[in-house]
Amino acid sequence: MDATVDVGLQRLNFVRAPDTWVTKLFDYKPFLVFLCLLPSMGLLVVFLTYPLGLGLWLSMTDTTIGQPGHFVGLENFQELMDDPVFWMSVTNTIFYTVVATAGKFTLGLWLALLLNHHIPFKAFIRAIVLLPWIVPTVLSAIAWWWIYSPQFSIVSYVFVDLLHWSDTYFNFLGSPWPARWSLIVANIWRGIPFVAITLLAGLQTISPSLYEAALLDGASGWQKFYRITVPLLMPILAVALTLSVLFTFSDFQLVYAITRGGPFNTTHLMATLAFQRAIPGAQLGEGAAIAVSMIPFLIAATLLCFFGVGRRKWQQGEAND
Amino acid sequence: MTVTRRESLALGAAALGASAIPIIGARAADEIPTANVKSPDYKIEKGATLHVLRPAKFIDPDEVFWKANTKKFIEQTGIDVKVDFVSWEDLRPQLAVVANTGAGADIVISFSTDPHIYSAKVLELTDLAEYLGAKYGGWYSLAERYGQKWGTKTWIGIPIGGGTGPCVYRKSWVNEAGYTEIPNDLEKFLDLCQKLQKNGHPCGMSLGHALGDANGYSEWLMWTHGAFLVDEKGKVALDSKEVLAAMKYATELQKTMIPGTLTWNDVGNNQAFAAGKIGFTFNGVSLYYSMLKSPDAAQNAIAADTYHQDAPFGHSKVKPESAQPMNAMIFKHSKYPNAAKAYLQFMMEAEQYGPWLSNCLGYWSQSLKAYRSMKFWESDPKLIPYATAMDSPFYDGYKGPISAASAAVIANYTVVDMFASVVTGNATPEAAAKQAAKQAERYYRNA
Repeated sequence: MDATVDVGLQRLNFVRAPDTWVTKLFDYKPFLVFLCLLPSMGLLVVFLTYPLGLGLWLSMTDTTIGQPGHFVGLENFQELMDDPVFWMSVTNTIFYTVVATAGKFTLGLWLALLLNHHIPFKAFIRAIVLLPWIVPTVLSAIAWWWIYSPQFSIVSYVFVDLLHWSDTYFNFLGSPWPARWSLIVANIWRGIPFVAITLLAGLQTISPSLYEAALLDGASGWQKFYRITVPLLMPILAVALTLSVLFTFSDFQLVYAITRGGPFNTTHLMATLAFQRAIPGAQLGEGAAIAVSMIPFLIAATLLCFFGVGRRKWQQGEAND
Repeated sequence: MTVTRRESLALGAAALGASAIPIIGARAADEIPTANVKSPDYKIEKGATLHVLRPAKFIDPDEVFWKANTKKFIEQTGIDVKVDFVSWEDLRPQLAVVANTGAGADIVISFSTDPHIYSAKVLELTDLAEYLGAKYGGWYSLAERYGQKWGTKTWIGIPIGGGTGPCVYRKSWVNEAGYTEIPNDLEKFLDLCQKLQKNGHPCGMSLGHALGDANGYSEWLMWTHGAFLVDEKGKVALDSKEVLAAMKYATELQKTMIPGTLTWNDVGNNQAFAAGKIGFTFNGVSLYYSMLKSPDAAQNAIAADTYHQDAPFGHSKVKPESAQPMNAMIFKHSKYPNAAKAYLQFMMEAEQYGPWLSNCLGYWSQSLKAYRSMKFWESDPKLIPYATAMDSPFYDGYKGPISAASAAVIANYTVVDMFASVVTGNATPEAAAKQAAKQAERYYRNA
């Protein structure tokens, strides 16, 4: 290192090229930092900032597909305030996110704990568990659509034609509440692998010596889970929870493929309603306004996950103030 | 479309293979009465090339014969034509890009109202439309409605053909219920459906989010009761006793249906009918053909028992059905407008249109009256309800001006959801009509 510096100094002495503004500029550290960041900033601007900005702008215009819009201020939002379908989509989305996330985490954690034991064919079973997550959502949505079909449901077939427990086929999607619960079940099914595998990774970072120590102290199974597993799992749980909430909140494919928001708009999520109004309905401004309305909810959910679950002190096992 | 020799061989083979049915209408031009009208004779620009977008096929012959005709055009004129077959969902977004950027396709063949949405950006086609109308016995009223600018005789679109959704029913089951055909009287029709249900072969019409089927069924409910979405001036007219009567009737009819129709998408009724679970529905001809051409003998048997008839008239004087036509437009940004017009003319002339239409076997129905006399329409009497799909005063957004608003009402299932919430008892007819009117007004106000 010293040698090169020496060589450099000597060269400087000899040549003493005049410091042009270019060399000065490149020696200026903040500029160099800026220059190195430029490619990634470019990507962010083009693929994130611009679409987001365009969405915000569209939400304040009356643009339709085919006609350039005019600035209308907050008119789209005012009309949404007065739109029962929009409010139903908001409550549906919140309900869907809360219930499905709770389900995914309960079942996912349980599955992760099971998989963390030494069982035969461990690697094989773990791979199978990932399947619902790997299969493209549209395909699994179509499978669920068949399962919920009023005429061709395998579930109905088993209960009616094989077991004779019931006379009529189930109408899973025909009325609002059964339809909502059916969609939630499908969403939980798809989300479990993500939670299970992420938490399994977290479980494997917990040192077995902690459990051995607990065993020597005479801790019960529940105490080991509550005092060791849960606190040490918190950091990864916070990340998984945040991602899962975001995925669920902005879910589109399952609902669009299974119900398209029907019957009579009672299963619309904000994402599906925004799409229906904006693209097939051609009201780009209105659709953008619905999409923009999701942003505050998403930010709130992210903050809640990070600050609610991911508090550092709790993670490190210290008492809360 | 640049067709190499190898491709043209494949194309010919496909044309033969696609029709397990013999190629009918090969001498189609002979069957079509034409008037002696002077062709507009477009001066084709030097070095002209054309890019065409059109909807993807649902049945093979549609694409095979369209391509074969295009190839013929290329050979006769030397104009290079590229045709893209675009899936139905993607077509409208692509059309919007073409219109907004003023670049890309010269000709876009889209659906019903689209030329009206882009009327400022498309060429006037009055000369071509008047020539075709004069030569081929005139345009059907639905073709005029979608081809001409509202309230004028100016043509901005060339409607190519449309499909409709009349009654599709199992004859033996309707006979068993004590009827020889589908009654036009609404009380009797309800009685038929009640009896079908009692015999275990209920009817089934979707009121779910099924874009084609559910909108078609709710439009029938409206028109058969003399109700309409908007008046001639575009004022929303859902607050009427006819609409209330339609909702009351729909509620009674719903009780006779197979459970689960509110969850059906556009294939729901097809699946249930083909499985023998329903005895009556409204649908396009594709259902009948898929069963007729099926390798499964059980399906062929159902097809043999399947009959078609115009939708029950009820209080309407003409059949309360509409159709969704393919509608061609030429963009002003095209550098070769004359070549584009010549292409559309060529495709609509008997030598090309005849074989294409007859091989689509009722999937598309002609927009020019002369083609009604083609023999294939008589080859199977079951096709007849589809033969005059375009002969209808009804259209999406009837009776109002054609605009983007009527398309938005359809896409948002505004009227469908009005019926759906009432027939399930989730809303009173008055409340449902009020909410639907509010939503529709928003689109019509902005249109």
